[in-house]
Amino acid sequence: MNSVYTQPVQDLIDELGRLPGIGPKSAQRIAFHLLKVPEQDAVRLAHAITEAKRRVQFCETCFNISESSQCELCADDRRDVSMICVVEEPKDIVAVEKTQEYRGRYHVLQGAINPIEGIGPDQLRVRELLERIRDEAVKEIILCTNPNIEGEATAMYLARLLSPVGVTVTRIASGLPVGGDLEYADELTLGRALEGRRAVEAG
Amino acid sequence: MGQSRDGADPVSLYSDHGIVLRTYKLGEADRIVVLLTRDHGKVRAVAKGVRKTRSKFGSRLEPCSHIAVQLYSGRGELDIVTQVESIDHFRPIREDLDRLRRAVTLLEAVDQVAQDREPSPRLYQMLLGALRTLAAQNPPLVVAGFFWKLLALEGFAPVLDQCASCGSSGPLVAFDLDHGGVLCASCRRGGPISADALDLLRLILGGKLGQALEEPEGLAATELEGIATRALEATLERRLRSAGLLDA
Ligand SMILES: [Zn+2]
Ligand SMILES: [Zn+2]
Repeated sequence: MNSVYTQPVQDLIDELGRLPGIGPKSAQRIAFHLLKVPEQDAVRLAHAITEAKRRVQFCETCFNISESSQCELCADDRRDVSMICVVEEPKDIVAVEKTQEYRGRYHVLQGAINPIEGIGPDQLRVRELLERIRDEAVKEIILCTNPNIEGEATAMYLARLLSPVGVTVTRIASGLPVGGDLEYADELTLGRALEGRRAVEAG
Repeated sequence: MGQSRDGADPVSLYSDHGIVLRTYKLGEADRIVVLLTRDHGKVRAVAKGVRKTRSKFGSRLEPCSHIAVQLYSGRGELDIVTQVESIDHFRPIREDLDRLRRAVTLLEAVDQVAQDREPSPRLYQMLLGALRTLAAQNPPLVVAGFFWKLLALEGFAPVLDQCASCGSSGPLVAFDLDHGGVLCASCRRGGPISADALDLLRLILGGKLGQALEEPEGLAATELEGIATRALEATLERRLRSAGLLDA
């Protein structure tokens, strides 16, 4: 296809179009936005990208994003070393941390099993998880992958893999979002919520 | 919405039943859902906000779900999902890795075979039947059986009772779809096939799929699934990515 834009503009559109969730139309829109903004704003963005790339790496233990070889969570010795919460992406750590309900450590798989995309366990940080279980004093693994088909396949795979290892393996519960209406719940979520019901203490 | 160039109303709502073949992430919270519908063939549609925890669609648009769906067809290639009701969410498949592995392989094959907006009620019923079988009992030959039926639907009718090349009655030791079926030792081409696997293949293609599905797990079943996968891949001129990925 012949480009209708001058080369630098086309390059910018192409690079933006490689970002996740950015289609060709969005890439074009962002490119033209960037061409309009003052030069220092564009430079600031470029600088933020190169600085983040230069200073941020993956934690050698848990594969969270980190400014040094150990992330803050792994370096914090007040955290419970007997529990590892397994998540797909670093952003999931942020979501779990916001609950203020968990004081253990994490392990980022950097993805989920997706058979249709050809992504199997070998492309994830599974081997590293097994090494941690062997080396650290881990008693419980919490499988905190997404409640979609890829996340569930990943959780089932890990549960099977870890069953002979001798640690307790748990899966986060499925339930209804607080503040939602019951009538809008899908059948699978509502079914699991019923299954996971709890006794109510008379107050 | 406005009028299209030829003056006809370009916008319409329609309802159908469908099976979710796969999904792609789109933007922040949306997904593109690929459906095999009963009456409209393969349809691609956008499900807005489906990745949000509070989405009204919830789990209903996850791969493998059997749904009643209302779609809005605009001018684009992609329709828009407006309403979804679950017919069957196949929970036994979703909660068992072995069943899920098999189901995903079926869905990937159907996604490759099905044509956009070209109804194939036979394909739809085959997939629905296979998923129901998988949910109910997970027989070892469900994938092999489905693939051979899919090849038959595509017009392949391999010769199974004599050598497809010279007509000799045996022993039949190889299988090659391009050469018409099973082959004797002197005409051998393609890959080997054992006598047990050939017996199973005769059951499947001889109208006795039900009986084949009663067969226990075994080497012949695994072998036949492999031969079926290679035959289908050769026909599609494409690898099936999910095949073998999660084999223990
Ligand atoms: Zn760390
Ligand atoms: Zn021959």
